[in-house]
Amino acid sequence: MQTRQWKPILCMISLLIFSLPSFSPGAEEQVFRINNMVEPESLDPGVVTGVPEHRILSNLFEGLTTTDPRDLSPKPGMAASWTVSQDGLTYTFKLREARWTDGKPVTAHDFVYAWERVLNPKMGAKYAQQLFYLKNGEDYNKGRMTDFGQVGAKALDERTLQVTLRCPTAYFLDLTSFYTLFPVPRWAIEAHGKDWVKPGKIVSNGAFRLVSWVPQKELVLEKNPQHWDASDVKLHKVVFIPTDDINTAYKQFQAGESDWIPTVPPAQLDTARNRAEFYVSAYLGTYYFRFNVTKPPLNDLRVRKALSMAVDRESLTKFVTKAGEIPTSTFVPAGMRGYEGVKGLPFDVAAAKKLLAEAGYPEGKGFPKVELLYNTNELHRVITQAVQQMWKEHLGIQVDLTNVEWKVYLARQSGLDYQLSRAGWIGDYVDPNTFLDMWITGGGNNQTGWTNKRYDDLIAQAACKIVNASDRMKTLQEAERILVAEEVPIMPLFTYVNKGMLSRRVKGWHPNILDQHPLKYISLER
Amino acid sequence: MLGYVLRRMAGFLPVLFVIVSLSFFMMRLAPGGPFDQERALPEQVRANIEARYHLNEPLWRQYLRYLGEVGRGDLGPSFRYPDRSVNELLLLGFPVSLTLGLCALTVALTVGGAAGVLAGLGRNSFLDYLTMSFALGGISVPNFVLGPILMLIFALGLGWLPVAGWGTWKHLVLPSVTLGTFYAAYVARLTRAGMLEVIGQDFIRTARAKGLREATVVLRHALPGAILPVVTYLGPASAAVLTGSVVVETIFSIPGIGRYFVNSALNRDYTMVLGTVVFYSLLLLLFNLIVDVLYAYLDPRVQVR
Repeated sequence: MQTRQWKPILCMISLLIFSLPSFSPGAEEQVFRINNMVEPESLDPGVVTGVPEHRILSNLFEGLTTTDPRDLSPKPGMAASWTVSQDGLTYTFKLREARWTDGKPVTAHDFVYAWERVLNPKMGAKYAQQLFYLKNGEDYNKGRMTDFGQVGAKALDERTLQVTLRCPTAYFLDLTSFYTLFPVPRWAIEAHGKDWVKPGKIVSNGAFRLVSWVPQKELVLEKNPQHWDASDVKLHKVVFIPTDDINTAYKQFQAGESDWIPTVPPAQLDTARNRAEFYVSAYLGTYYFRFNVTKPPLNDLRVRKALSMAVDRESLTKFVTKAGEIPTSTFVPAGMRGYEGVKGLPFDVAAAKKLLAEAGYPEGKGFPKVELLYNTNELHRVITQAVQQMWKEHLGIQVDLTNVEWKVYLARQSGLDYQLSRAGWIGDYVDPNTFLDMWITGGGNNQTGWTNKRYDDLIAQAACKIVNASDRMKTLQEAERILVAEEVPIMPLFTYVNKGMLSRRVKGWHPNILDQHPLKYISLER
Repeated sequence: MLGYVLRRMAGFLPVLFVIVSLSFFMMRLAPGGPFDQERALPEQVRANIEARYHLNEPLWRQYLRYLGEVGRGDLGPSFRYPDRSVNELLLLGFPVSLTLGLCALTVALTVGGAAGVLAGLGRNSFLDYLTMSFALGGISVPNFVLGPILMLIFALGLGWLPVAGWGTWKHLVLPSVTLGTFYAAYVARLTRAGMLEVIGQDFIRTARAKGLREATVVLRHALPGAILPVVTYLGPASAAVLTGSVVVETIFSIPGIGRYFVNSALNRDYTMVLGTVVFYSLLLLLFNLIVDVLYAYLDPRVQVR
């Protein structure tokens, strides 16, 4: 009897010993550890859509072009050179002699195969629209056309790729460095199916290759000695850690368990900014509120303008967000190559009060109950509270705050089941179009119910009809003026910043507006 | 005995059926879907994806399809991680959750048991009050508070242990303590109560009268009787430790099932949520069965029929 009672415990202890995981090796030199904040959804360039995946895939694979680590301008990648036709529609890429990790040469056919795969409706690729720039790309994805030969991507020979676009696209060479347009190895995909991205099976062509991948634990890349530019690659190994708890991630950085975290917990900002490892730089993104223009009282332009003009954005960024965000009342972030920007609505309480009175609510009297929707998040909570307070103080109106979980928030916003909602938009590429074409009538990301014929026309002209770069920018400016100063279906608040912590050992890492840092330029100092 | 076990296991099926059905429809009632994201998908792209995962079919057909797949032991593909199946992710995560759970239980039993014995022997002594105050603290402090505090002290302050992650025995210490503390406190109270009950009984007096050493009296004669309530508690505790490591796994970034459970619900990864629910249910049912069997084995007064 006495011994029996301990049996279950003994059993457990022995089980425990057998189930203990094996020891992992200690740190070596030139190992860069990145806290990627989340488990990558996939490693298949045709499947992924996120920023964390971009950090991995842009090093594991390589597109026609790569990006400059400083200003993100396109540089030769798999394409050694290219020519563009006079009308800006035809690009001819000359591929360099490069090899996949299994030794096979990278050919123009690998690109054509990859692009067909993404556009094929059966694949159900979420980022298929990244290839709608190709001639007939959209029709092929919609199943209106079944012959891929009609789509604007042709391998003229093993090393020559000819791309025909639907419209002259000023930023097409930026897009070719994006993962959706990466080549993929047909033979590996056909041999292994969806397992082709797993360690031991994956075939890639980037500066790094996959060593191991344990979901929710870590993903390890090592230098690919076969890469054409391998002699310039300094890192031996890169470890991606998927810690999703932001506070834990911050502590891991403090303890030296990671060399880079691309974010800082809001509560730690005050202490973090005093540390030498803290960095902050402008980001290609705008934080704003949406107005649902289909419902009173926000269907009244005067009310929308009054709400926007009663918010003191300077104070908001100085005392609430505090990381150096740039206050703005326009939607396209400043610093876009060749784009001048427009004048948004000023912070003017008197004018706001007057507009509100004209709309029938003098001193806010009789203003109906309005609800501001946001997704549960500490930062959104304090921002919406601050704006709520400003409206109360400056206009005498009460706005209720409603926080809901992320997916509920998305569903309510896209179903126009809200009055006011907070939102953020991060550009896909460095061109004003990525901030402006979303507001066209019926655009999937419009979600305000706003529609304006002239705006739609301007966007359409800029997209396809105007080849001259400066005329195109002027057209886009006029569109933005309608958006932020004339019709006001949105009220921009500030330009996002990248904020994070980077170990002082890291060299060759440059702040930029997309927070993209190609690993082949990075090295570690002892 | 075998007949009893088999009969009980047959009873699992209707229970699981009800759980799967309820979870399936509850999940679908939640607003939003697996492919909703900040950046809206073009209409056709969304349609292509939904067709690929059969989400365009009527709900009842999706339900029957899912039941058929679960019946064959296939929990489907994960919507969030398209390269992996739910079975694969659960198989990867379970050994991790199991290791963590067993370590936490070990902490609970050793620390809690020892504290309980000491407290029970010296009733109303300073030691008794001290251990019971700690036990009260252990029950009251939630693990999302305890975890970060331990991290601050032992990882950032003293630098003895890693902050988070998985891979070496060092990674196990803080999460096990964090997860095990609540149960250790409970075990301590149970052991103390058991000890108080046993220590006053005749056979203990006899043992002492025989002139046995106090240690022998306590460990060989008193303890087996005193920990019976703990054994009863072990079943639900094991199940709770295994299925309740959700918070601890998130805080310490441990690649177990608990983290998938939370994330998949937030991501509306339908198959992953359902898969985890099915798996957890099966685990709970199994543990209850094991406890019933074990109890019959330890206590001759209980008989299974």
